[in-house]
Amino acid sequence: MSKEINVHHITRVEGHGNINVVINNGTVERCEWAIPEAPRFFEAMVVGRSWNELHHITSRICGICSIGHTLASLKATEAALGIKISEQDLKLRKLALHAENMQSHLLHVGFLVLPDLMAVGSVIPLASSHPAEVKTVLKLHRIANEMSNLLCGRTTHPQRLIPGGFSKIPTAKELAALRSKLMDAVPSLEAVAKLIKGLAGKLPDFKRETEFIALTDPNEYALYDGRIASSDTGSAPAREYLAYTNEYIVPHSTAKWAKHARESYMVGALARVNINYSKLSPMAKETAEMFGLAPVCHNPFMNNIAQLVETVHSVEDSIKLINELEADGLVPQPDYNKPEIKVKAGSGVGAVEVPRGILFHDYTYNDKGICTRANCVIPTNQNHGNISLDMKALVPQIIEKSKSEIELTLEMLVRAYDPCISCSTHVVKVNGN
Amino acid sequence: MKPKVAFFDFAGCEGDQLQVANLEEDLLALLGQVEVVSFREVMKEHSDNYDIAFVEGSCTRLQDEDRLKQIRKNAKIVVALGSCAAIGGINSLRNYKDLDSVKKTVYGDQAKLFDSYAARPIDAVIPVDAYVYGCPIDRDDFLHVVKSLLLGKKPETPTYPVCVECKKNENVCAFERGQFCVGPVTRAGCNSCCVNEGTICWGCRGLVDNPNENSHKEVLIKYGLTVDDAIGKFRLYFGWQEAKR
Repeated sequence: MSKEINVHHITRVEGHGNINVVINNGTVERCEWAIPEAPRFFEAMVVGRSWNELHHITSRICGICSIGHTLASLKATEAALGIKISEQDLKLRKLALHAENMQSHLLHVGFLVLPDLMAVGSVIPLASSHPAEVKTVLKLHRIANEMSNLLCGRTTHPQRLIPGGFSKIPTAKELAALRSKLMDAVPSLEAVAKLIKGLAGKLPDFKRETEFIALTDPNEYALYDGRIASSDTGSAPAREYLAYTNEYIVPHSTAKWAKHARESYMVGALARVNINYSKLSPMAKETAEMFGLAPVCHNPFMNNIAQLVETVHSVEDSIKLINELEADGLVPQPDYNKPEIKVKAGSGVGAVEVPRGILFHDYTYNDKGICTRANCVIPTNQNHGNISLDMKALVPQIIEKSKSEIELTLEMLVRAYDPCISCSTHVVKVNGN
Repeated sequence: MKPKVAFFDFAGCEGDQLQVANLEEDLLALLGQVEVVSFREVMKEHSDNYDIAFVEGSCTRLQDEDRLKQIRKNAKIVVALGSCAAIGGINSLRNYKDLDSVKKTVYGDQAKLFDSYAARPIDAVIPVDAYVYGCPIDRDDFLHVVKSLLLGKKPETPTYPVCVECKKNENVCAFERGQFCVGPVTRAGCNSCCVNEGTICWGCRGLVDNPNENSHKEVLIKYGLTVDDAIGKFRLYFGWQEAKR
């Protein structure tokens, strides 16, 4: 009995990936996660460009996590040029990041994963079979986008985020209105959690021990900043990221892969929950408990649940941040704000937790502020190796199932990682020329 | 019968398809008017039987040309979705780099395995019937184009520069603020969204019809940019368009 599984351009993920499995007489002859995506060479494209353009260009690496790329880029530029931002701008940036995490996680769990759990091909038939549920997800997704709009001036490829701060900030009144919307989102989120809870039994019960890597901070659930932490080896400052990411080339992938203490590691919501569980907001912890998600969880399918938990955390933490901004009194800034920046030569690394995991941007500028070298390490690159090893461990456990069941389970595995494949190939390491 | 539509992506960030998803409640209304038969980012089903194809991303490899030609063959109407597909977009930045050496630095001795050429808009490969400009596309602009196509009309596209909208919005001109902007040569239709948010026009919608780009470069230089910086401003999004002119 032989089975051959070829998923060409897996659907409901960002970018192009293929699954190739060959099973012959009960043994796995081939099991491959391949990336045929067209590379875009961003790190070469930014060489020769000015410090005040890099965040604009690298935002275009990914439409879904453009806020995260912009923030990692700004942090790298600010580290290189010695730019400090105000406490107020820091809080506003944290809100921008929460907006993107909520938007991205809701899109993934609500539109891309839910169809698997409800045995349909997409969210489109659900719009007529489960209109109330779909409308609830749409409503939450819209609130997250309105939040991005307010903080960034746009839902995708932000404008207001600039080196040294913001070109424009929301008013106190706008922030208060956003807080009401976020508070109003809580019951809707509870409804989504209940819906997923009823379907969570469909997530395969699969475990493979692996290493988790995420930012960590003693005072908060680390997203905007922190030290790099590994579940295997301890922590280090972000500037030492190369010792963690160790990228390498595999022939069946235009994206680079990464490994650290083991053959592969995992980044993303599950890695963050595993490493920083104690810092989650109270409601987020309740949600985690509802699903029995506790550290250290080695089931990659639970990444979907970790995303739901983080969505709750982002809503709760955003309300807290707005309360703090209000208590401190929002300081207004001039229209078309452009912080005074003294250009100098230097290098800097920016690390940010974006929806799919830890993201690094690393730039060198000359004394005119022109980029001479750039390196970006993308979350999905760091996950490709782990996806591949999960597949190799999972296929023998489900080998007796029908071809279509194996295919669906493997697609669900890839989807659980919420891969951003165009990100992972559109950035390939180039050392400056 | 509802027209069948399909979405495809090439080298791009998929941010334009995300804007379609971001239509939220309007998306449900749109789904009442069309039947989506292929949209890899959101659905498992796929069919080659479609009337309107929306294509995002630039063409950057010979192997992608066959896929584009097949889409052209299957579709009655092809729409370029977003800057990368419509004008080459930010991908054209790479066209000023020595691609062979870039590839070698990235992939070492395996560089030959990875085919890649100068990034280009899809109308460099196949005829295109309509364009939705922008990086990312504007959701209202997308709906306007879709409505026009469904009514059998050719979608109208502004033939004036961003400055017209920017003035109407009473923005303080970037040049008066000591900044540099390519709004005077960029196609409008975005309602000067970036300047409204306190920054500048970067040119993502591409050159307007009959732009006076040489005199604009002179203006940039007059206001203090070096020749290289002025050329650099134009390369950010106009790379392919300028090379063609």
